[in-house]
Amino acid sequence: MKIKILRSKTNTHQEYVLPDREITLLKALELIKSSVDATLTYSAGCRSSVCGACAVRVNGRSQLSCSYKAKDGDIIEPLQHHPILRDLKIDKHKAKETLKRSQAWLHDTKEASLSPQDEKKTEKQTDCILCDSCYSACPVLAVNPDFLGPFALTRAYRYSTDKRENDTKTIIDHIQAEGIWDCTLCGECTAACPKGIDPKMDIMMLRSASVQQGYTDPSFALQSFGTPDFGGGFGFDPNAGF
Amino acid sequence: MVDVLIIGSGGAGLSAALAAKQAGASVVVAGKSYPTNSQTSMAQGGINAALGNATCDDIALHIADTLKSGHGLGSEVMVERMCNDALRTIAWLDSIGVPFSRLDNNKTGTKSIAQRQMGGARAKRACYAQDYTGLKILHTLYDTSLKEEIDFLDEYYLLNLVTKEGMVKGATFLQMRTGEVIQIDAKSVIIATGGYGSIYHGFTTNAYGATGDGIAAALRAGGSISDMEFIQFHPTALKHSGILISESARGEGGYLVNSDGERFIDELKPRDEVARAIFIQLQEGKEVFLDVRHLGTEKLMELLPQEMALCKLHEQVDPATELIPIKPVAHYTMGGIDVDTALEVNGIKGCFAVGECSNAKVHGANRLGGNSLLEITAFGKFAGENAAKYALNADSKTAQTAQLEKDKRFIQGIYERENVLNFYTYREELGRRFYQDVGIIRHNASLSRILDAAVAMQTALCKMGIEDKSRTHNTNLTDFLEFSNALLLAPAIISSAIARDESRGAHFKEGFEAENDEKFKKHIVIQWNKEATV
Repeated sequence: MKIKILRSKTNTHQEYVLPDREITLLKALELIKSSVDATLTYSAGCRSSVCGACAVRVNGRSQLSCSYKAKDGDIIEPLQHHPILRDLKIDKHKAKETLKRSQAWLHDTKEASLSPQDEKKTEKQTDCILCDSCYSACPVLAVNPDFLGPFALTRAYRYSTDKRENDTKTIIDHIQAEGIWDCTLCGECTAACPKGIDPKMDIMMLRSASVQQGYTDPSFALQSFGTPDFGGGFGFDPNAGF
Repeated sequence: MVDVLIIGSGGAGLSAALAAKQAGASVVVAGKSYPTNSQTSMAQGGINAALGNATCDDIALHIADTLKSGHGLGSEVMVERMCNDALRTIAWLDSIGVPFSRLDNNKTGTKSIAQRQMGGARAKRACYAQDYTGLKILHTLYDTSLKEEIDFLDEYYLLNLVTKEGMVKGATFLQMRTGEVIQIDAKSVIIATGGYGSIYHGFTTNAYGATGDGIAAALRAGGSISDMEFIQFHPTALKHSGILISESARGEGGYLVNSDGERFIDELKPRDEVARAIFIQLQEGKEVFLDVRHLGTEKLMELLPQEMALCKLHEQVDPATELIPIKPVAHYTMGGIDVDTALEVNGIKGCFAVGECSNAKVHGANRLGGNSLLEITAFGKFAGENAAKYALNADSKTAQTAQLEKDKRFIQGIYERENVLNFYTYREELGRRFYQDVGIIRHNASLSRILDAAVAMQTALCKMGIEDKSRTHNTNLTDFLEFSNALLLAPAIISSAIARDESRGAHFKEGFEAENDEKFKKHIVIQWNKEATV
């Protein structure tokens, strides 16, 4: 079988011939590097879908190299929205900054009574391996590089619902700007996640938690209340001072 | 000059960083990948603490089980320290938000944490988060490190420790992005770089990077290493890929059966015994399977969701309806950098080592499941505290640049060297031969053979080099450096195995099947003499 890999030096897709047996893409990359072309550059670690190092795009879709079986004609490219360092290796620093900006951690811990139901609530979200597949798939990041992006928001949601957190508001405060309201709810992140996490749903949940904290959808506010024709708007006006 | 330089950004490194920072030290964490890429993410089953939430338990039992499994090579002082610290450690992990699995008991704090059975334990002692315990601990530690504003230097490949008169002064690194060789000056250093299991390339559950980089660096800098012959083989890795299927699969009630459909071992014995029993079946030409079908889909999905996915993906079997073909492969290295009771490296003052790279003598000749996550977190914090304390009074005079200049020349030499032999081929061969000859059942004759082979490979190393001459992002170069480190450790592992003419824990030698306390209830320690460390 033959696959094509985008090489950064030439910015062309280079074709490689692989043995006709079932192998993971990662094994294929390893074969190429060790016996065909040692300059091929990629990241990998655990081989078992848990270290998050080896995500790439296969035919335009995010995949973990270690869990994807190579197929004839596959086109392999680095993840999107990250600076490409070399071939399939990308710079994840900017994407990781979103975790810091969203302050996705426990701020003020209290002792709580947790049950299996509480565990279930964010079991999926805490399966996140930070592979950046969702970040690559997100179309908002294509137009707004400062968007917090799916994985940071999923993580913020996970901590915001933790019963051990005494200060949910700080988390909610930090995901407003370039955050939950900028998402178009297209669901590309959910489709891309190799662990079956649903960031779109988490973002919707964060929106509803934000409304409970007194935040409103800024685009909705702009459309409904922002024009002089409505003169202060109908119904609830957050600036009305009551 | 930083107070505490931590090398390695897995669970041990992050725990150390948080503790050192809390103690008031300035901290830098340098690692060869991103923090969450580390092998800690692969730990599945659990983390031991005698909480007694699921069954009656006691710290004394945890200590006794750990010492028993260590077959006389565990240190009572260190095992007691670790087991005593376990409760505090779980409380700390709970306080930073680790999403442990829970019991339905309406209790608060750590009292609601679910616990499961692991091999060699007399109680349900392993706290877990489904079968993603390591992943979830690691990511919570990382989130907390961001909160505490720990400084990370990602893609810094450790070359050597910088020492002066037996005292650590920092370390040199290859900056993988730029290709530059740099030195970081530090008052104290913590090595938390992981084990050397991937010397068994192709026959290990370990990540590619587990090549003993920190252990090799400690050895080169005059530090001692010990117990290198003790390598744990995990009984249940997937037959074709070597991917780990957690011990919790047996802890939750899974059976081992051979191709005749017979059970042949108590599945909950310690890993060394179970691995050996499986290996003997395989040698007799039988296949061995893990059978969890009787647990049912619902329970399997609840308790072992990761295993379910891995079996389907890599072995094309559905554990709910089919047998899982398995084989034992190298999983954990008990040996490593020889440290004292404060985790300070014997032979290098101010340098500490923690986690799989260190031999803190808590696992002895065979590690219990659930004790490695405990070691990296409990002792990670301990190392961080000790290093911070050391840094308070350490001499802040920076070292000369002799080591840096030497390492620059070393890297330059690799670029200039002709690449006659492909080291990737030798990496495969070393892995295959190690599995065969330094494996589950050892013989002096085959050990001698592989010692010759490893030494010959070391001699041939000067004909191996890199095909990729790029200065930046050169993973061909780091692969080569990793292989060189693994190869450096190979003779130490083999000669320790040769010297130990007995069987103890994970080290089993034909012709010497019994423990010989009189001669061998001791550690084999290796240190290069000063003349040799050029």
